Amino acid sequence: MTRATPIFAVLLVIALPLSLVAGRVWVDPGTTANAIPILAELRLPRAVLAVVIGAGLGAAGAAMQGYLRNPLADPGLFGIAPGAALGAVVALYIGVASAILLPLFALVGAGGAMALLALIAGRTANPANGIALFTLAGMMIASLAAALTSLAISLAPNAFAMSSIVTWLMGALTDRSWQDVMLAAPLTLAGLALLWLAGRDLDALTLGEAAARSLGVRPGRLMALLVLGTGLTVGSAVAVAGIIGFVGLIVPHLVRPLTDRGPSSLIVPSALAGGLLVLVADVVCRILPLVTELRLGIALSLIGAPFFLMLLLRMRRGAL
Amino acid sequence: MLAAANLAITGRLEHVSAALEPGTITAICGPNGAGKSTLLSALAGLLAPDSGEVLLDGEPLDVTPPRQRAQALGYLPQSAEIAWDVSVASIAALGRLPHRDRGKFAIAKALAATDMADFAARPASTLSGGEKARALLARVLAGEPRWILADEPLAALDLAHQLNLLAVLRREAEAGTGVVIVVHDLALAMNHADRVVVLDEGKVAAEGTPAEALSPEIIASVWGVEARWLGEPGARALVTRM
Repeated sequence: MTRATPIFAVLLVIALPLSLVAGRVWVDPGTTANAIPILAELRLPRAVLAVVIGAGLGAAGAAMQGYLRNPLADPGLFGIAPGAALGAVVALYIGVASAILLPLFALVGAGGAMALLALIAGRTANPANGIALFTLAGMMIASLAAALTSLAISLAPNAFAMSSIVTWLMGALTDRSWQDVMLAAPLTLAGLALLWLAGRDLDALTLGEAAARSLGVRPGRLMALLVLGTGLTVGSAVAVAGIIGFVGLIVPHLVRPLTDRGPSSLIVPSALAGGLLVLVADVVCRILPLVTELRLGIALSLIGAPFFLMLLLRMRRGAL
Repeated sequence: MLAAANLAITGRLEHVSAALEPGTITAICGPNGAGKSTLLSALAGLLAPDSGEVLLDGEPLDVTPPRQRAQALGYLPQSAEIAWDVSVASIAALGRLPHRDRGKFAIAKALAATDMADFAARPASTLSGGEKARALLARVLAGEPRWILADEPLAALDLAHQLNLLAVLRREAEAGTGVVIVVHDLALAMNHADRVVVLDEGKVAAEGTPAEALSPEIIASVWGVEARWLGEPGARALVTRM
């Protein structure tokens, strides 16, 4: 355990109750009318959901960066998030986007992307090519899913369908219920467990693929853990919240300096810090005095893209 | 015992057999593209041969469970890749992964053997080439393998660091570990190895003591270079003529 784990755990425990009172309406449990139903049925599920998807995205980012040995890797690059988005967009396109069917379609999309990724990258004659093949396959699946999503938007039957697709793609946690938590939480927890199991193998990969295999790492098992773990965490996040980018990229960088920098020691604190980041970002979206609420996906991209550029500049100076 | 029995990998190795002895340093030599690294990878169980097999204590390596194989064979790849800026102690600790324990004593011993004990807390990015090579060797030693298989461990090192690393390997061999290294520098093989396997175009061209396997005749036929040895045994220099 690194000191990052207790730090982010304590911050999360402090931030979660505080986040409940913040919003367009500031709730004081003592005086505000209907305080209990607002907190229990609106704010609490929304806060819990923010923590759940943030945890999944943060841990998936940490695991992906470890797997690809690249600090600029983001789980969104590997087809699973775009696949889930495509599934949801299909549901919106054909007009069956109920509170249950839309996430289910998204999960089917994520599962399809995972299966495709495993099918292409899973069986390779030369195990030394495994990770390169995985990356390329993931990027191609991401491009294909994005192209099909654009196709669905351009062929949308009416303006309402088009605008609901575009809005949904921006990602948000507005009006989410316990039902969404029930869907996302178990899948995310299962995914987190798989990513955690991959930690030891990811540490071995620090010294390259050949050294890792000589240390007993089975590349097929590791890829399966990664594909399933990211698929469950990222897939369920997209299913309930739409595309929330950059969390998986940023969070491991915030956590890394507080750890020994080995991939396995990043996974748990990245989950906690990811939950914290999405929770805080969602509160900021709620309290900004705009005419309509800022979409969470846009807010995180507004923070994330400059952060990414800063990383590139630091990398250019060799300081990463 | 670690042995290659009739190993063949299409285009790279043809019917290579070699028996390696514990407690000795065996050098694998040969021109570029002769199949040295391929043979070492196959001996480490990282490359499945098309035919033939690698035997570890008489058991085929391809049926040995990966973790058991990893405990017995310590493989040091040629690339000195360290992806994250982890500490020297963390690098050495990776050697314990096949054992699933903390192995504090083995790690401390490995850091001491490679003269890296004072560097334990240093991040990898601050290490010089020689220090990095020693840290990576410490990772192999920390696993307490019965065999050390190192792919050109001396290639990127200056003379003092080469001798330093060879001294570490010699101490390991004296303690009973089998050491197999791919070596380009024939003088280093001549002076520091107990046995030499010469590969040429994927086949074993010679095998024996350094004096037998690296005779001027063999150097002429394998490398196509006219050369002779000067000096005393253990301190020989190779003189070549174009």
